[in-house]
Amino acid sequence: MRRAILIAIPYLWLTALFLVPFLIVLKISLSDIALARPPYTPQFDFSAGLEGLGAFFSELDFENFVFLTTDDLYWKSYLSSVQIAGLSTLITLAVGYPVAYAMARADEAWRPTLLMLVILPFWTSFLIRVYSWMGILASEGPLNAVLLALGIIDQPLQIMNTNVAVYIGIVYTYLPFMILPIYSALEKLDGSLLEAAEDLGCSRLSAFWLVTWPLSRPGIIAGCFLVFIPALGEFVIPSLLGGSDTLMIGKVLWEEFFNNRDWPVASAVAVILLAILIIPIVLFQRNEQKAREAEG
Amino acid sequence: MAQTVFAPWTEADQKPLIEFRNVTKRFGEFTAIDDLSLKIYEKEFFALLGPSGCGKTTMMRMLAGFETVTEGNILLAEQDINDVPPNKRPVNMMFQSYALFPHLSIWENIAFGLRREGRDKAFIDTRVEEMLRLTRLTRFAKRKPHQISGGQRQRVALARSLAKAPKLLLLDEPLGALDRKLREETQFELMDIQEKTGTTFVIVTHDQEEAMTVASRIAVMDEGRLVQVDTPGQIYEAPNSVYVADFIGDVNLFPGKARARPEDTQIAAAAPDQPVSDQPVPDQAAADQTATAPMAEPAPSPTATPPEGPTVARLPAPDAKGDWLYDKIFRRFLGDRTTAPRRLPPPNAEELAAPKPEPAATAQPAEPAIKPGGIFIDWAEGQPPIIAAGGDPAMDGREVTYSIRPEKVTIDTVRPDRPNVYEGKVIDIAYLGNISTYHVELAGGRMVKAQMVNARRLANRPITWEDTVWVGFTETAGVVLEE
Repeated sequence: MRRAILIAIPYLWLTALFLVPFLIVLKISLSDIALARPPYTPQFDFSAGLEGLGAFFSELDFENFVFLTTDDLYWKSYLSSVQIAGLSTLITLAVGYPVAYAMARADEAWRPTLLMLVILPFWTSFLIRVYSWMGILASEGPLNAVLLALGIIDQPLQIMNTNVAVYIGIVYTYLPFMILPIYSALEKLDGSLLEAAEDLGCSRLSAFWLVTWPLSRPGIIAGCFLVFIPALGEFVIPSLLGGSDTLMIGKVLWEEFFNNRDWPVASAVAVILLAILIIPIVLFQRNEQKAREAEG
Repeated sequence: MAQTVFAPWTEADQKPLIEFRNVTKRFGEFTAIDDLSLKIYEKEFFALLGPSGCGKTTMMRMLAGFETVTEGNILLAEQDINDVPPNKRPVNMMFQSYALFPHLSIWENIAFGLRREGRDKAFIDTRVEEMLRLTRLTRFAKRKPHQISGGQRQRVALARSLAKAPKLLLLDEPLGALDRKLREETQFELMDIQEKTGTTFVIVTHDQEEAMTVASRIAVMDEGRLVQVDTPGQIYEAPNSVYVADFIGDVNLFPGKARARPEDTQIAAAAPDQPVSDQPVPDQAAADQTATAPMAEPAPSPTATPPEGPTVARLPAPDAKGDWLYDKIFRRFLGDRTTAPRRLPPPNAEELAAPKPEPAATAQPAEPAIKPGGIFIDWAEGQPPIIAAGGDPAMDGREVTYSIRPEKVTIDTVRPDRPNVYEGKVIDIAYLGNISTYHVELAGGRMVKAQMVNARRLANRPITWEDTVWVGFTETAGVVLEE
């Protein structure tokens, strides 16, 4: 009985805060746009009883989903989002792994400090940090000023309002999510495993590829998903740092919702985004499960 | 005995496999190894023994190549290996934590080193199979390290380090993580494998029993120096210092002042027929041990008490009729009757009430005359000096320590006729099942430990707490040490 209550609490939580809102969004995605408040129809009428329920369901259709296939803006946005999220995940990995490795190899006394430095950016608002990147990357910003002063370039680089700025923004923002799981995997690594590998004939480099890399793989996979999943639906970074040609589905969703006030189409976009995300989320869960089994 | 045949360290022309030449290792200010020289020969099972922090692990890590040498040279087969990296040394190591690769199966773990050598598949297959068979792991080849027990993991680690057939195998506290029973079994397994493969083993341990069991030679270390390097027997019976005597096993130490003893004593003159042994001390001591063993617990001798006691009379034995019955009927299916020893029934009330057999003087075998020469050791006011025939008369007047093992000290309820006898009181008895250690306080407060084999069952043992007893030992049972 007590067990049942204990399990019921998280399930109620998930039902109230995930399942119910999702069902509402799903319902809106099946509705039609209307000049009303809220701006869609049909509305559920409690007073109409069973008959009203039948009429309510008969008015729902997949019109909005069909609409998404007619305009190539949508699938191009999805594709471009996957591409931007995927590439920035790889860049984050390339930047984050050495950082995590160095942290795990650092003197034990230093590790808490290094860990805190990784988390430190979270102490300021995400929005402020993205805005400050706008300043840094601007044509007359400090980055261009330094590059010009060093004589590396003779014309200011146009980074703001391009995809490059979006990549920089995403890699910067999500770097801690990559570093932390990799660090925790590397920190657990028993140093004598590397000595054993060397003892059995490995060079330092092959010991890394044969022992360190495979043993940090659960951390790498976790980090990649933690970056890829939120980056795919990212909206703030592309709208603040990206240009007019930066296509990301999060931005499209925002425009449908607030600029066009087309809640049904925006909801359909959101439902499909969720469907796309379910694949990596399930893979992520499976990875976590495997890692747990390997430990136990 | 194989032990006496295999002694390459006694032969001057033998080339050592490993040689430490004045090796010093410093970590910053701290000197871990201090100007140390040592030779280890092929096929030896060499133990580095010492308390934690004595430098034994540093020695091993220098051999493996994980630590650099600050000064001096390490030679392997007469080649300087100071600058050879670990992956290029024909040396493999079995790690204390085993360091098995958790993402690889047992088979892949064992094949790891062979694959790095770039061996062909057929060779790797045969070699890994061979190793699996040697360590009895064939059934577990496909499992991952976390799916097998600690003892099996230990064997995987051993198989993996032996797979490349190294010239030298280093074992870092290999049995530390196993429980006592498994550890004892594994010690014999290790010796067996060492003999089969003919590999030179160097084992690091802080467990002196383990070192005594497995090693052909032991190096006792303290603070980065070798205190004594010798066979287990010599280390135990002829320690060269108080440190070694105290570190290995249990010991009674009597600090005192040496006084030369005349070569021709009255006692020696009293029995001139007795041949005087001129064997070295340790062998003599060992002989003493066997000589005193039956005395460890004085049994009623046949002349003193006829064997009417519980033992023989109560043994179930068939009479003539029974024999006849057995011959005629049971022999057909049971075969010849064996007169195997049977378990003794517990003593009954009558036996318990019976007076304890008096450990009378009759129990004492004729004591050989006390060997002349050596030294007296004055160790306490008002106590007779210890007679140590093995002591060097040149020590006369110097401060020395007399060291004697508890199993060489006898304990009796009446004064025995032994060269060194002291009266005391039993303070404590440590009962270990097979043996008991008696802590006896002598007049003046010195504690002496005496060990007896529990050859008989509990009820029949005559000595208990607070009893006044006599501890005794022969003139050759102990060792005189100078610090």
